[in-house]
Amino acid sequence: MLYSNDCIAAISTPAGSGGIAIIRISGKDAFFIADKMFCANKEGVLSHCVSKMPDHTIKHGYVFDGGELVDECLLSKMEAPRTYTAENVVEVNCHGGFAVATKILELAIRCGARPAEPGEFTKRAFLNGRLDLSEAEGVMDIINAKTEESRKAAARQLSGRLSRQIEDICGRLVKALAEMEVSIDYPEYEMDEQAGDDASLVLKSIKEELLKLSATYDRGRLVRDGLKLVIAGLPNAGKSSLMNMLSGYNRSIVTDIPGTTRDTVDEFVQIDGVPIIITDTAGIRETEDTVEKIGVERAFEKIEEADLVVYVADCLDFEDDNEGANALKQEHIANVSRLTPENSVVIINKTDLDGEDGNASKKAEEFFKDFTCIKASILENKGVEPVFDIIKIRFLNQAAGYGSQNIITNIRHKTLIDQALSLLTAAEESLLGGMPLDCVSYDVRLCSEKLGEIIGKNISEDVIHDIFSRFCLGK
Amino acid sequence: MRFEAGEYDVAVVGAGHAGCEAALAAARLGYKTVIFAINLDSVGNMPCNPSIGGTSKGQLVREIDALGGSMGKIADKTTLQSKVLNRAKGPAVYSLRAQIDRREYQTQMKHELELCENLDVKQGEIVDVLTEDTEGEIPKVCGVVTHTGAIYRTKCAILCTGTYLKGKVIIGDVSYSSGPDGLFPANSLSARLIELGFTILRLKTGTPARIKRASVDFSKMEEQYGDEVATPFSHDTDTLEIEQMPCYLTHTTTETHEIIRKNIHRSPMYNGSIEGVGPRYCPSLEDKVMRFSDKERHQAFVEPMGRNTEEMYLQGMSSSLPEDVQLDFMRTIIGLENLSVMRPAYAIEYDAIDARQLHLSLESRLVDGLFFAGQINGSSGYEEAAGQGIVAGINAAMKLSGRKPLIIDRSEGYIGVLIDDLVTRGTKEPYRMMTSRAEYRLLLRHDNADTRLMPKGYEAGLVSEERYQRFLKKQEAVQSEIDRLSATIMPPSRAVNDFLKEQNSTPIKNGVSLKELLRRPEITYEALEAIDKGRKDVTLNKTAREEVEILVKYEGYIKRQEQQVEQFKKMEKMLIPDDVDFKAIPTISLEAREKLSKLRPASVGQAGRISGVSPADVTALVVYLKTRQD
Repeated sequence: MLYSNDCIAAISTPAGSGGIAIIRISGKDAFFIADKMFCANKEGVLSHCVSKMPDHTIKHGYVFDGGELVDECLLSKMEAPRTYTAENVVEVNCHGGFAVATKILELAIRCGARPAEPGEFTKRAFLNGRLDLSEAEGVMDIINAKTEESRKAAARQLSGRLSRQIEDICGRLVKALAEMEVSIDYPEYEMDEQAGDDASLVLKSIKEELLKLSATYDRGRLVRDGLKLVIAGLPNAGKSSLMNMLSGYNRSIVTDIPGTTRDTVDEFVQIDGVPIIITDTAGIRETEDTVEKIGVERAFEKIEEADLVVYVADCLDFEDDNEGANALKQEHIANVSRLTPENSVVIINKTDLDGEDGNASKKAEEFFKDFTCIKASILENKGVEPVFDIIKIRFLNQAAGYGSQNIITNIRHKTLIDQALSLLTAAEESLLGGMPLDCVSYDVRLCSEKLGEIIGKNISEDVIHDIFSRFCLGK
Repeated sequence: MRFEAGEYDVAVVGAGHAGCEAALAAARLGYKTVIFAINLDSVGNMPCNPSIGGTSKGQLVREIDALGGSMGKIADKTTLQSKVLNRAKGPAVYSLRAQIDRREYQTQMKHELELCENLDVKQGEIVDVLTEDTEGEIPKVCGVVTHTGAIYRTKCAILCTGTYLKGKVIIGDVSYSSGPDGLFPANSLSARLIELGFTILRLKTGTPARIKRASVDFSKMEEQYGDEVATPFSHDTDTLEIEQMPCYLTHTTTETHEIIRKNIHRSPMYNGSIEGVGPRYCPSLEDKVMRFSDKERHQAFVEPMGRNTEEMYLQGMSSSLPEDVQLDFMRTIIGLENLSVMRPAYAIEYDAIDARQLHLSLESRLVDGLFFAGQINGSSGYEEAAGQGIVAGINAAMKLSGRKPLIIDRSEGYIGVLIDDLVTRGTKEPYRMMTSRAEYRLLLRHDNADTRLMPKGYEAGLVSEERYQRFLKKQEAVQSEIDRLSATIMPPSRAVNDFLKEQNSTPIKNGVSLKELLRRPEITYEALEAIDKGRKDVTLNKTAREEVEILVKYEGYIKRQEQQVEQFKKMEKMLIPDDVDFKAIPTISLEAREKLSKLRPASVGQAGRISGVSPADVTALVVYLKTRQD
């Protein structure tokens, strides 16, 4: 892909580095695209007004995905040519970390941008004359290095298995296409046993396969962006200790005063090469303290977004059946109602304080009987390892429903697959609607080219080769 | 003894389909032209199938006609039967094919040359191309020499040598030096081309037997006629009234295949005595039998060669097996049990050049003023040859008048796809045009060849003012008819809905324009007339009506394809200056640097189509070109 006026978008802050991320959109239609997703907030009144914003200004507002709030953001508008790329540029500063940033990027792509190639902003800047001659050579190096880097990265991301699957799909498409093309280019040719399955069946099966692949992007996101693990529980259950233990050093302030963690705290660790973002939340309880209240709200939000919630409970909460204990149990019930056995695991903590008979732990286990429970003493670092096992089993060993299904991790691949899907749908509609073969083959061809792009293959020669190798044609 | 025989602007070597169009174009553009044929009775010969057109080839003929060439007009005059193929498969691939009276075509084409102003027609084999050194880096053409020593001084030469260069005919274990159809080969010119630096390829093609009509039992075969109303090739032929001659379809038998298998060791292809590379798309029967061994039968067509001959062409049965084996296997084909063969099938090997040594104008990059067209460039087929011929002829004239060459790009015509493929990618086998090779096929249609190329033909000077005005008028009429369709609103009346039901179409509840109705796949423009009161005032010919229908019905697809073309054109318009030193661009990969220096693409777009040049190389090239500009 060379220079064109289309709109490109990318997260321009490095992944996994903290709370703020910037999504940059560049191109003629940048403002138009931003308007589709951003609502400015002016004294409580929301409006789509990026196009009308004065040049080089910043506005506060919200990014919406349809009716759903994605994040509160700051949006900077920069009109061409006084911008980095010398094109219209929009930068969205979001503060939900890169997970939210990815969501905003995906939204921008759905609104009409395409994922930027590596180094493409710089390339555009250069091609539009924003960089002077002395910088030129450096830029070429950067572009080349980045292209190379991305080629390698793409190769890495495109695991052998995935690439074989795409190649296989391409092969089937090429075959279907070759059959259409043979009947077009050799009208007298007798289609006999060589002719394969009905085109619509082939397209349907490929479509199903691609739909499955496309749907794995969310799972792929785990591999790329990390697994979101949220630690929740009542105040002083030992959440921060768990966080510290998991991340290997003191990050949260650990005291024995309930409510010490008043906001969420993020930490990154890696298990088997997969990044895990651990979020420690404020203890969840009814509270009058405004700051703490915000923390609790945040905790609930985090639980919603989490891939896995580790719910920490103090086993002693279940020791007695008196009134105070019952109130605590009520709070537990309220909290647990937000969880499902699939997305959570319960740590019954402080077993070191339990009696010899382990009475409290047993009662706790009975209380949380719907959930996977792990009895542990976080403080003494005893019995916590099963958490890692659960993460591995549920997410990393692909035991979580994907089995041997390949997963997509790269947004470019996802975009190409989705484009291929919509072309396939168009081809199917043409077939059903009685459009002639050359219209059907038009979309099938474009579709196979999109898939070819993923594995870096030129399809058109393949089609011609397939025609000649499978069909007996000639004078 | 060499002697001075005359002075010309353009000399065309070879009078096949490429040579004829090249010579006619150059002469019609006002340049003093001479055309040479080894035998003047072989002008415009069809040494293989007696037909013109077919998928993508029919489009080529339309394009040649739109540019101002003669193939379409003469085909129209000599048609034996004509058929529009792929009617049901979509507008982009409607293709016209006509069976042609071979001898009559030759006579008419020769006469066309003879009548053409500024054009001399001569018999003679060209054995040498004279060049002179210039101040530039490459030598310049200054003459051609016949085998009898006649020197014709010329400013440009166009080589259209077909399969004559070092032609060698092979029939089983018999082989001899020969051109096609028993004509003399041209054995001297190849050496001179090598001397001038051209890379020579050895290619191979073949043709089936010609058989005697009276020896064929047609009662065992399926008779095949063309369309009842014949469609002409030329934009200037309004209607075509001909008495149709049928073709016949028959099949091989298991016995046929048995004979071939038993004798395969006697095939020169299988025992290694043919070195030329044959085309994949045109396998001999022995190829078909060996490669597709599970096929129980193969099709064979018996086609007429003309109105004044009993010779017939046996399509599908090309072979280079020995004559006795040919006879044996042909007599096992249904209906050919008592076959009498008039000319046996044969394979022919010939020299061609690597067309990557040419510019897109078809002028060579090694010798100034030397152009190449047709099979010598690695193509195959009469239409492919003629398409290159007219471009080479026009461009010789453009060069002489100091104008920019005519380049048809991939989005403008099959001619463009053909030349770009040959010149940019090269070929290892004889290259046959196919609609699958054209990525913008929905735009390269039979119906709109004039829209695409007549303005270019006019600009070059090959389309007369009168013809061009007629074209403009037609364009206007097509557009105003589309406007009328979109402005005419049909009410949801009983008459309209009855019509729609009759057409198996959904009735309407609100007013809908005729254009909207025509968009429905089940409704044709012709059928629509039943409810279209304004139609009686519309005077469009058949092709123009077809154009209206296609433009409306497939508007969505056409628009999408046009958007693709827009992207494509951007790259084509980024030209690479002649003095760019690709080797000095360190950011381009080593392999790409070498390829680029060797092939010297004219544009960034063309560079991107060279094999071995990656998208990253193209980016680096663009960045480099940009720095040069600043």
